[in-house]
Parts: sequence; C-alpha cells; structure tokens
Amino acid sequence: MSSSDVKMSNNVIASTATRPRKLSAEEIAEIEHEMTLYPDKRAVGLEALKIVQKYQGWVSDESLLGISRYLDIPASDLEGVATFFNLVYRQPVGKNVMLFCDSVSCWIMGCENIKQAIKDKLNIDYGETSKDGEFTLIPVPCLGDCDRAPVMMVGPDLHRNLTPAAIDKIILDYQNK
Amino acid sequence: MDIAAYEASDGYQSLQAIAKGLSPDDVLQQVKDSGLKGRGGAGFPTGLKWSFVPRGGDAPKQKYLVVNADEMEPGTFKDRLLMEGDPHLLIEGMIIAAYTIQASKAYIFLRGEYIVSGQRLNRAISEAAARGYLGKNILGTGFDLDIVVHTSAGRYICGEETALLNALEGKRATPRAKPPFPQVSGLWGKPTIVNNVETICNLPGIITYGVDWYHGLTKGSDHGTKLFGVSGKVKTPGCWELPLGLPIRELFEGYAGGMQDGLELRGFLPGGGSTDFMLPEHLDVLLDYDAIAKVGSRLATGTMIILDNKTCPVGMVGNLMKFFAHESCGFCTPCRDGLPWVDEIFNEFESGRGSEKDLQILHDHVDYLGPGRTFCALAPGATAPLGSGLKHFKEDFDQHIKQKCCPYKH
Repeated sequence: MSSSDVKMSNNVIASTATRPRKLSAEEIAEIEHEMTLYPDKRAVGLEALKIVQKYQGWVSDESLLGISRYLDIPASDLEGVATFFNLVYRQPVGKNVMLFCDSVSCWIMGCENIKQAIKDKLNIDYGETSKDGEFTLIPVPCLGDCDRAPVMMVGPDLHRNLTPAAIDKIILDYQNK
Repeated sequence: MDIAAYEASDGYQSLQAIAKGLSPDDVLQQVKDSGLKGRGGAGFPTGLKWSFVPRGGDAPKQKYLVVNADEMEPGTFKDRLLMEGDPHLLIEGMIIAAYTIQASKAYIFLRGEYIVSGQRLNRAISEAAARGYLGKNILGTGFDLDIVVHTSAGRYICGEETALLNALEGKRATPRAKPPFPQVSGLWGKPTIVNNVETICNLPGIITYGVDWYHGLTKGSDHGTKLFGVSGKVKTPGCWELPLGLPIRELFEGYAGGMQDGLELRGFLPGGGSTDFMLPEHLDVLLDYDAIAKVGSRLATGTMIILDNKTCPVGMVGNLMKFFAHESCGFCTPCRDGLPWVDEIFNEFESGRGSEKDLQILHDHVDYLGPGRTFCALAPGATAPLGSGLKHFKEDFDQHIKQKCCPYKH
C-alpha cells in the first residue's frame, strides 16, 4: 500500500466519525414544506441540501449527515446527489458566488477577457475565493442569455453585456452591499 | 404579463372549450392533427408521444406531466424568454396537456439559475389557482391539477428526460434504460409525459383558435411557429417567434442584422451546441425540421450560434467539447472517458502541441462517441459539432499543427 492510500483511508475514517449537525427550526420548516410537494421524501434530498446551503452558505459533512438522518436517506446516496449537481457547494464559498458563463456564445463574445478582468481585480481563478471572503468564482454551463453575452450571475443577480470596465463596478457594488 | 393582461388577450380561453365538453380524446386528436413537434431539440411529434400514455379504466390512476424547463443547451435562450415574459401561456398549456393524459400532478423542472422565471411561474400558478384554473374540479370538469415548480441545481444531463425523472425523484441524474418509456413507466413508475416549455406553449393557440388556424401559420412543411434565436457577432442578436419554413437568410440578415461590420460569416450551428455546422452556402435553406436535416444538421432548439471569420473554429469546437466533457454524467464509459480525452486534445491544439496523430484521434472519437455507442444522446450530440467542424474547418486544424499555435491569436 502506498503512502497516499494510507492517507486516503485515514480521511475516510475521519469523515465517518463526523457527527450530524442538528438542523435549525427554519431549515426543518422549509424541508417539511417541500415534503408536502412530493409523494416520496427521498425526492426532497436535493431541495434539503439547497435549503441548508441557503442558511449555512455551504453543505458541510455535518450538515449532510443531519439531512441524511432527518430524511432517512443513506448518507452515501445523499452525497452522490450533492456531488453530482454544480450548484451544491461541499466546500465553503465566499459571500457572493460568481457563476461565470464560459459556454460557446459567451466565449465567442470574449468572456476570456472578462475572466481575466476578474482575475486581475480579485486574484482568483475558478474554484477560488477572494482573500476578503467576498467572492468565489465558479464556471457555469450556458446561462441561456446568449443574445446579451457575455453574462454572469453574482448571487441571484444576472449581469449582461459584460465588459472588463463593467467588472470593476460590479465588484465594487457588491463590496459596498 | 399578469393574469388580467393574459386573459384580455384570449388567455385561458382553451379551458372554456374544455369546460364546454371537449374530451381528452378530442384534445389529443387536435394536437395530433396540428402536427406539433417537440421544441426541445428532438422534434418528436407531440400527439404521438401523448398517445402512448395508457388510457381508460385499467390505466394507473396517478399519472404525471413534467415540463422540461432545464434549458442548458449551449447557445439556447428561448425557454427563459417564455417563462419570464409569458408564464401564464405555459400554465395554460400545462393544464391542456395534463387534462389530455389525465395527470393530476405536474412538475415544472426548472433550472436553478432561472431565478426570475421561478418567481414569475410561482406567481402565475397562484393567480391561476385563485381563478379556479388549477386545484380541484377545474371549471366544473371534475378534473384536478396541481403544479409544482421544482428547481434543479445545474446539470445539463437533466435535459435528457429519463435523467430528469431520476433527478426529480431525488437521485443522481443518470439516464434510465429505455424501454420502458416514461409514457408507460416514468416518474415513480407512473405514466409520465415530459415536454419542453416551448412545446407546451404551442397548445393554447391550437385549442383556442383551432388546427386550421395553426396550419395557416407556417411557411413550410412543418406546422406552427417557433422561437428562433441568433447569438454571436451579429449586429442585433436576439430571439424572435417566426413561422417555420422561412429561409435562414431572413432570420440571419433580416432579424439579426447580419454580421457586425468588418466580419464575415464562416459558419453556424443552427440549433444549439449539439447540431452540425452549416455554411454560408446554406443561408437559403428553410428553417424547418426536414429541410435542415436534408443538409446534414438539425433544427433542434432553433437558436443559431454564429461563427465569424475572426473567431477560431478550433477554439469554438474546443469550447463545446469542454462543456460536454464537464456535463457528462459519468455513467457510461465512452462518454465519461472519451469526452475528456477529446477536450484534452483541443487543449493541445490551443497551446500549439497538436499533431496529426491527435487529429486522427479526434476523427476516431466522432465514431466512438456517435449514435448507438453510448447510453444516451449526450455524447452523440457532442460529435455533431466535432465531426462537422473537423470536416468544414480542416485547414484551421492543419494550421494549428503547422504553425504550432492558434493562428487567430498570433
């Protein structure tokens, strides 16, 4: 067994030893509401992950186990769902997540220059969070606003017809929020 | 558009026709006669799809209607427009579809990123319920329907209808084996119809104004209108509802204003990222399903992506391959392993290390990942721009090899 194998198995042990977090009353209320919309509570798994993420900012191992226990879904199944979807964050993210569209129309319209402008300003690449904890940059598949490319989302807001100059202002606006 | 404005322009009139005695079989026949084909990409006849759902006393009591609102095809921006601009059109269409197959529960499977769409759809659902168009015993017909907006969390594969059903059930969104088809055994094993947003939005017009009116809309051999979009370096990119059967030139030059000054048209993908490149010589081909299929591509989503002469075709195909590699669900080997390999080779080309051997490997993958080689249509979709790109832009691939760099950047 190589040393990396040993390290990996240690991680597995560490993660199974994690204790579930007790879900908050708000989280439970929203999850309970979702359960009324589907005939099977397993269908609520993804929604529960998103609800927890809304309150906690991301989905920690402890939160995942908390949901797993609450909905009686095996943790491995729930982790399979959590890691499958682009918008479930299994690591901490910044206050504002930038969902940066780099699909074909945005690429043709010069999104690489926009990405460079973000990099220059915040010193972050894909998957990284700015030092002040304000921004995380994540690529996203085509955002479906191709006639106004390049586009990106910051939090819930869509920003269209981006230019490098517009990036400075957008970043400043969120920093001042 | 709120419900008052929608009703003032004949909104929800189709439900009055249903309340006056139009049976589910009558509606099914009208939709079949209309010739409506699915607007999500595959172009399957909608009435035929519905007719596979079991009917009559022996049919399962619970059936489902699911609207595929997970718009994520690269370069496609039409369903967002419908849901943000005219949410009641979708709700009315859903009531018609659900009534026809007798589904008492419907889900809108919405892209998580479409936040405004979600807000407007939920408001439209409340407004419709307050008017008695949703809920129990709709307009005294004895038919019940509830609509739930389900927001997803971003994976292209959810557009594949059986992967979508798995996602809706709370599982990983890997596609299911077919048969059984969802029409017989879909969501939680019950008969289920999955239709695209735009398909459903065709229904109110067909029922309210009739099949003859609908047939009168087209300029070509396929029926109805379609949303057409143009993106890329044209003068006025946008999305327009137009009759099927117009020449592509009318969309490209008339509506999108032609190329920006100083640029020339090199080629275009006619219906999103999973379609074959077409060339300037194809501008007089008609915008309908058969005409575009005849020249080796697909109308698919009807949203064109324009390649100009100063944008690198190798880079453009490479960008699409990165997308497909990232969005492969990982379930079947050719797609999971093949697409990242293709993506890597495009990175090599981009950085000037592409070779003749690499080019051959790309050609091989058009076959390895083609129709029938993989579990679902994702990888075959990727081979459409790949295979046609290799064919039509061969000199650009060759130049990358010869000049050991991207000639468009140097």
